[in-house]
Amino acid sequence: MAFSRDAYLQGLRDVAPMMLGVAPFGTIAGASAASVGLSPLEALGMSVVVFAGASQLAALALIAQGAGVAVIVATTFMVNLRMAMYSASLAPWLRSLGRSTRAALAYLMTDQAYAFSVLRYRRLPDAPRRDYYLGVATPLWVLWQATTVLGAVLGAQVPPAWQLEFAIPLTFLAMLAPAVRDRPGLLAAIVGGGVALALDGLPHNLGLVLGAVLGIAAGTAADAARPPEPAA
Amino acid sequence: MSGPALWGTIVAMGVVTWALRASFVMLGDAGLPPLLRRALTYVPQAVLAALVAPALFAPSGAAFGPVDVRLLAGALALVVAWRTKHVLPTLAAGMGVLWVLTWLAQRGA
Repeated sequence: MAFSRDAYLQGLRDVAPMMLGVAPFGTIAGASAASVGLSPLEALGMSVVVFAGASQLAALALIAQGAGVAVIVATTFMVNLRMAMYSASLAPWLRSLGRSTRAALAYLMTDQAYAFSVLRYRRLPDAPRRDYYLGVATPLWVLWQATTVLGAVLGAQVPPAWQLEFAIPLTFLAMLAPAVRDRPGLLAAIVGGGVALALDGLPHNLGLVLGAVLGIAAGTAADAARPPEPAA
Repeated sequence: MSGPALWGTIVAMGVVTWALRASFVMLGDAGLPPLLRRALTYVPQAVLAALVAPALFAPSGAAFGPVDVRLLAGALALVVAWRTKHVLPTLAAGMGVLWVLTWLAQRGA
């Protein structure tokens, strides 16, 4: 399939304003990695292999607590579960592409790549899909790796008294606020946070796992109990 | 955690994350059951809150008067996060309060 420069550049233009928000986040990921003892190479390795900010920060917080691989991988699974939802939503649009192309696009999937692409595919069903997606996704990938290294190098110079590791929960807090949009979502957050706090200190971070599971169950139950919205 | 254990963890995280991203794109989109789709909607809220709550509200050791320094910094950051819904102001508020209170607590001690 011929490369569509126009589609790529349109993706690049659409994602450009997002770069301002991603750059500090990548720097935080790098600095947090340094604050829990990772070298710049290890920080970059995590950003290249995983390429998913929230799960990287969660893993770093767990590494700092001395958690085992199983807990870290289970947390990664839960934090990134939304990607499966994006994957289901994008699948019909990418069906015509080859297997290795789809595998590569999947690796580059982010909140932004998903959101911009699916909106454009719905608006312009006949426009080139692969190269628009790449136009959104590849600049984010490059920026993420560059800012991770920047943060890891700068962060390693910062004395522990600055308590930079506290930036991790603060960043999660800023991500949580816009995610809570309705009552079931608020309930999921309150139950998830409450259970995790009450069970803090249990081995294997069971508090985190049980908090997440019970929070999801509470939100889902509240959603199911909600009266159906009147047909407009 | 360091060396091979760390790299093993990173690779395992990468495999799980890629599998989630690739799932329906690679295997087809037969469609999720409605209940599962509904449950997925609440994953970010529950997981993020479960990550945040112990870090902000469990005792950290440094206290300002009777109140934990991190609890105060976290509470203010919560308000800022709620109002602005952005990372940078939340970080500025939380880290700023943490640094000022830690400095005051050390001076008082």
